[in-house]
Amino acid sequence: MSVRLTFDPFDPGALLSEFTRGRTETGAVATFTGIARAEAGATVALELEAYPGFTEAEIRKIADGARARFGLDEFEIVHRVGKIAPGEPVVFVATAARHRRAAFEACDFLMDCLKSRAPFWKKEHGPDGARWVEPRDQDHADIARWE
Amino acid sequence: MARVLLFGRLSDVAGWRERSVDAPFLSALRAKLAGEDAALGEALAGKGVQVALDQVIVRGDAPLNAATEVAFLPPMSGG
Repeated sequence: MSVRLTFDPFDPGALLSEFTRGRTETGAVATFTGIARAEAGATVALELEAYPGFTEAEIRKIADGARARFGLDEFEIVHRVGKIAPGEPVVFVATAARHRRAAFEACDFLMDCLKSRAPFWKKEHGPDGARWVEPRDQDHADIARWE
Repeated sequence: MARVLLFGRLSDVAGWRERSVDAPFLSALRAKLAGEDAALGEALAGKGVQVALDQVIVRGDAPLNAATEVAFLPPMSGG
């Protein structure tokens, strides 16, 4: 049950290998990897700011809710902070459950929560300067699916 | 002395991310910051800006005697 923020790039494949190791009763692992988009050159870098301690605690509350709701065996969430280049993974979510439906749904749910509720502040750096980003209407619509 | 933290666009408005401010109440701290920087005062009072005292969200005024960390959190963008 881990929630981790990192300033350094990470390898989603290595995280998945570690997460699946030794699971003789789990049956199902689902993962999602979010990758920074270049937006055809409009975004040179993404910058994510977190409130250390507070951000992890809020994500953990969301994840504990998902664990109870979907009966997860385990979850892992790794989120980049700081400056992120297009093509680099931003977020990795893995969920483990006895059966695939719970693992898929919990992963989907966690991403919708992270995109709409997680305490991050996001800045997009483009060729003409930087701008702060707020959740899109689509992010709010996505989270409303689960209510 | 409370350690004041600004996040997101608030630190761009203020030109700083962290500083120590002496104030007995959150309202007094807001007034002190607004007195020094009107644009920041307005931004801190803006829509959707939340305050966390020692990492716990509070609403309205609160004494700061026990709090060591006051964080102003503008609307969150999500991950």
